[in-house]
Amino acid sequence: MGMTTAIQLAYLLSAVLFILGIKRLGHPETAPGGNRLAAIGMLLAVAATLLDRQILGFTWIIVGLVAGGLIGLMMARTVKMTAMPQMVAVFNGFGGAASGLVAVAEFLRVSGAGVPLAVDAGVSIMAGTLIGAVTFSGSMVAYGKLQGIVTGNAIQNSFIRFLSILLALGSLGAAGYVVGLETDVVIFFALVAASLILGVLVVIPIGGADMPVVVALLNSYSGLAAAAAGFVLQNNALIISGALVGASGLILTSIMCRAMNRSLANVLFSAFGTGGGGPVTGDDGDRVATPIEAEDTAMILGYASQVVFVPGYGLAVAQAQHKLRELGDLLRARGVKVRYCVHPVAGRMPGHMNVLLAEANVPYEQLCEPDDVNPDMENIDVTVVVGANDVVNPLARDDPSSPIAGMPIIECDRSKTSIVIKRSLSPGYAGLDNPLFYKPNSRMFFGDAADVVGRIVEEVKEL
Amino acid sequence: MTGTLLVGLYVFVLAMFVGFEIITKVPPKLHTPLMSGSNAISGISIVGALLVVGAGESPVMRWIGLAALIMATINVVGGFMVTDRMLQMFKSKDAS
Repeated sequence: MGMTTAIQLAYLLSAVLFILGIKRLGHPETAPGGNRLAAIGMLLAVAATLLDRQILGFTWIIVGLVAGGLIGLMMARTVKMTAMPQMVAVFNGFGGAASGLVAVAEFLRVSGAGVPLAVDAGVSIMAGTLIGAVTFSGSMVAYGKLQGIVTGNAIQNSFIRFLSILLALGSLGAAGYVVGLETDVVIFFALVAASLILGVLVVIPIGGADMPVVVALLNSYSGLAAAAAGFVLQNNALIISGALVGASGLILTSIMCRAMNRSLANVLFSAFGTGGGGPVTGDDGDRVATPIEAEDTAMILGYASQVVFVPGYGLAVAQAQHKLRELGDLLRARGVKVRYCVHPVAGRMPGHMNVLLAEANVPYEQLCEPDDVNPDMENIDVTVVVGANDVVNPLARDDPSSPIAGMPIIECDRSKTSIVIKRSLSPGYAGLDNPLFYKPNSRMFFGDAADVVGRIVEEVKEL
Repeated sequence: MTGTLLVGLYVFVLAMFVGFEIITKVPPKLHTPLMSGSNAISGISIVGALLVVGAGESPVMRWIGLAALIMATINVVGGFMVTDRMLQMFKSKDAS
């Protein structure tokens, strides 16, 4: 058996380990092992590649591996759980960039040799470059939005849309020219530039609340970019891994869209969150939001029999997860049945709230989904909305003309009392007013979530 | 269309189906670790980066390869480690 065959078999084994690893990620008990299995698969793929005869020197390889390894290690160790969406976006971007650069290098190698580009190799190279570049710049914009460097609002106008279409067509045209007519380096790099700008323009129009969809979609792209690099190098390990990640990202994307009752096209192009869509209706005069303070909140919670917490992005911003768990524990010690209800699109990436609650050691069995609480809502004494807005907005259920009509919500307005912890009465990212705030059985507690929950904790201790 | 490209397409399409099959079953609670874990797997382009750097055909190629290698390694190492960190949190409270 030659070395090449051995390397190929090692790649096959890596692919198997990836599949088994991802499969095990589906259950909390097997997930850590699954992740490690996938990591071993990656180590195997790297080790096998180092045996390849194409590799002549190891100095730069060691430099790259050590530098990248240390940076990755540091980032993974120091990142706060609340900053996880940004982190995933950055890693996505780097993966996409790496795949794109592999395709660029292959193009330079072929064009430098002076041989005309074969059609199949050319198509793979163009696809790898284009997807890689879009993934990279798109992820960087997503990072900027999540980190607050770029405005989280949806920036949408007809100029951006026109330019996007122009760039997309231009990129495809350039790719066709380079593959079909002439191996032109200048046009190739124009394609790279156009793809990079396209990535920015694709993500810029998308508002903060739609970020879970974008992060999932970019995740899918980074997989497709890796698969394209696999076509470039004719390496099945890359094709299989890329396809797995591409599929995973697509599924998450569709789950997120379904949780908002919107199509992917609607999320990408409808510019939710400009604030222009749903004007605050004129009948503000007769609607009053009733404020509440810590002492009364503690009384209501302390003597309730069933309490449901509904966390949202405001919880992440305020890093209130530990305080919330403390409150939950205090209430449980008093015999209150406490649950945490997580909406699929709460936060800025799929499963965002679950990670934060897990960090705060909230037991698994206290977590639930909207379908677990909605049917029984009338029997729940208090729902406490912590920094969530659109996912508890009754308009989604009651107003067919609302932009969020049909989006499954957590129906807090049907609980006996609803306490909403929020910084202000400002509308959510969908730019919609929320009638929940003005219901007679709703109480508003204004302030930073961590601060507010902390004060309630102190009061509950006094009971 | 040549044979290698065709075989690659077969592998790609079938792997997509495998992906759909195994991932649909992941519960929402684990969506973030699934995403960051599968994200680390997409760092598989590290293989391509290694080949570009290792072949070192020209200084330009080496720099391109090195950039790709560093980013892919960050993606792989950071991705797997941060996923592990998250999953330990999910696990620790099952024990308690």
